[in-house]
Amino acid sequence: MADKTPDSQIQNDIILSVNNIEVIYDHVILVLKGVSLHVPKGGIVAILGANGAGKTTTLKAISNLLHAERGEVTKGSIEFRGEEVQSLSPNELVRRGCIQVMEGRHCFGHLSIEENLLTGAFTRKDGNAAIKKDLEMVYQYFPRLRERKGSQAGYTSGGEQQMCAIGRALMSKPSMILLDEPSMGLAPQLVEEIFDIVKQLNVDTGVSFLLAEQNTNIALKYATYGYILESGRVVLDGTGDELRENADVKEFYLGTGGEERRSFRTVKHYKRRKRWLA
Amino acid sequence: MELLNSIFVAPFVDMAAYPDFLIQVIWEGFVAGVLYSLIALGFVLIYKASGVFNFAQGIMVVFSALALVSLHEAGVPAWLAVVLAIGIMGVLAVSIERLVLRKLVNQHDAILLMATIGLTLILKGVGELIFGGEPKPMITEQLGLPTGSTDWEVFDGIVIFQHIDIAAAVIAVLMVMALGVFFSKTRIGRALRAVADDHQAALSVGISLHQIWAIVWFASGIVALVTGIMWGARSEVSFALEIIALKALAVLILGGFTSIPGAIVGGLLIGIGEKLFEVYWGALFGSGVEAWFAYVLALIFLLFRPQGLFGERIIERV
Ligand SMILES: Nc1ncnc2c1ncn2[C@@H]1O[C@H](COP(=O)(O)OP(=O)(O)OP(=O)(O)O)[C@@H](O)[C@H]1O
Ligand SMILES: [Mg+2]
Repeated sequence: MADKTPDSQIQNDIILSVNNIEVIYDHVILVLKGVSLHVPKGGIVAILGANGAGKTTTLKAISNLLHAERGEVTKGSIEFRGEEVQSLSPNELVRRGCIQVMEGRHCFGHLSIEENLLTGAFTRKDGNAAIKKDLEMVYQYFPRLRERKGSQAGYTSGGEQQMCAIGRALMSKPSMILLDEPSMGLAPQLVEEIFDIVKQLNVDTGVSFLLAEQNTNIALKYATYGYILESGRVVLDGTGDELRENADVKEFYLGTGGEERRSFRTVKHYKRRKRWLA
Repeated sequence: MELLNSIFVAPFVDMAAYPDFLIQVIWEGFVAGVLYSLIALGFVLIYKASGVFNFAQGIMVVFSALALVSLHEAGVPAWLAVVLAIGIMGVLAVSIERLVLRKLVNQHDAILLMATIGLTLILKGVGELIFGGEPKPMITEQLGLPTGSTDWEVFDGIVIFQHIDIAAAVIAVLMVMALGVFFSKTRIGRALRAVADDHQAALSVGISLHQIWAIVWFASGIVALVTGIMWGARSEVSFALEIIALKALAVLILGGFTSIPGAIVGGLLIGIGEKLFEVYWGALFGSGVEAWFAYVLALIFLLFRPQGLFGERIIERV
């Protein structure tokens, strides 16, 4: 594909590259219309956008969870650590180090917190001792999970479930975590706490993050780079600072800019503003 | 007056007058119930892990038992025949996953049900072709299962316990316990429960649904073989068993489709209930109460408690 791949000298430092992909659901619903993005090794990259922009679809295209929803990547390519991943199953992808934390956490409700964490180690072959050690590591990052380790996940709080979902992903020893709306439905203070831990994990273990967020404020505070998605297209991208300083982003996503312009594309977008600010 | 008497009075007078006979009836019902429970258990395993309503569970019982008996007839030693029969159920499980489930994933539940009905017909056709259609005796003694019986003198009478029935109950209990340990303590067991809870999330953490499906079909294939051996030992191995296996549907409605304890309790309730009803109230309805009792009970349940006795609690967090 002739597309906007980055300069070849920095290609080595790219862990994930999505090149101009198109995604169709149910054979007819075109949702992504040519999305490209890159995640550098050890980076935290954010995909921002409103409801229905295509953030989740992008992440699922990467993790290959689209098939289960009758979605299909019909154009473009996705490379994880230099390998084309379109023909791999989610299982094979997790083995290679790329795992998704789904929107809405999706903990296994009838399993205890600790059992949930252990399911994350399903693909590992490096023995019980190594898995125990990582369990301990997860408990260090999320002390609250240790306190609740015997509780059925279905009865724990939203914040605990989010921690459980992230911890479960960590148990697979990933090099890249796709994190879908970690802030969803959580109190601001808890969101901050979770993002702090994400940052800490990123610094300590070098694991890269690609996160989808509607909460632009918090995402840009932690992300090194961001892409703004509107109806299946990237309309703007830049470093966290660039995006924070951008007039359009200020107006439509951070709610701090002037009033004269309404959107990158259409005027009706102003309606969404309230939600982004909420 | 006469009618009321024969419904509300006479049966209980009978029970009190001959308690040894009452115990005998309950025991017979219990053993039949154990077998219903086992068939229902096979259903529940598959339904929980894959959402497939496996209509073929009954025929799997017949098929595995026939395979075992026929292998032995062909000169294979009994223990080896058991190993081979288990192997056959394994091959069957993998083939079903590869050729049916994998192709139909994401299809409507009704289509999957149809597929298992198709599977029933195929297993029946292939089974009759290879093993012949006529009933065969189970190789009870060759398998080392006990025969004979013990009399228990009680209440001025005797209750007869067939040793094979006692063995069936003990083996069923052991198997359920083994399954329990497997589910709660092993990596694969945990993954099975994870899949039952949330397919999508299970996929996302790298659990292979194909592998899990093959494993549950294999597990319920083994349950089917054990059921077939026990049932065959009490009567004989024939395709007629398939009809009786349909009673497992009634058990499922009673116990809930996703509950293993439900399958067990439901099976025992139906087994004991239908025997008691047949013996003490059967005369009121003419004979053959056993043929429909389970379904009527299931219907009553559908009306008043559709989620079953133990239908899995849906966790709703506030
Ligand atoms: N399984 C599906 N079948 C058909 N259309 C779908 C499916 N999943 C998503 N869509 C559509 O694709 C579009 C993008 O959805 P997506 O979930 O990727 O958005 P999102 O940016 O994650 O939104 P949100 O912030 O609400 O999570 C939406 O218009 C949605 O209706
Ligand atoms: Mg989403």
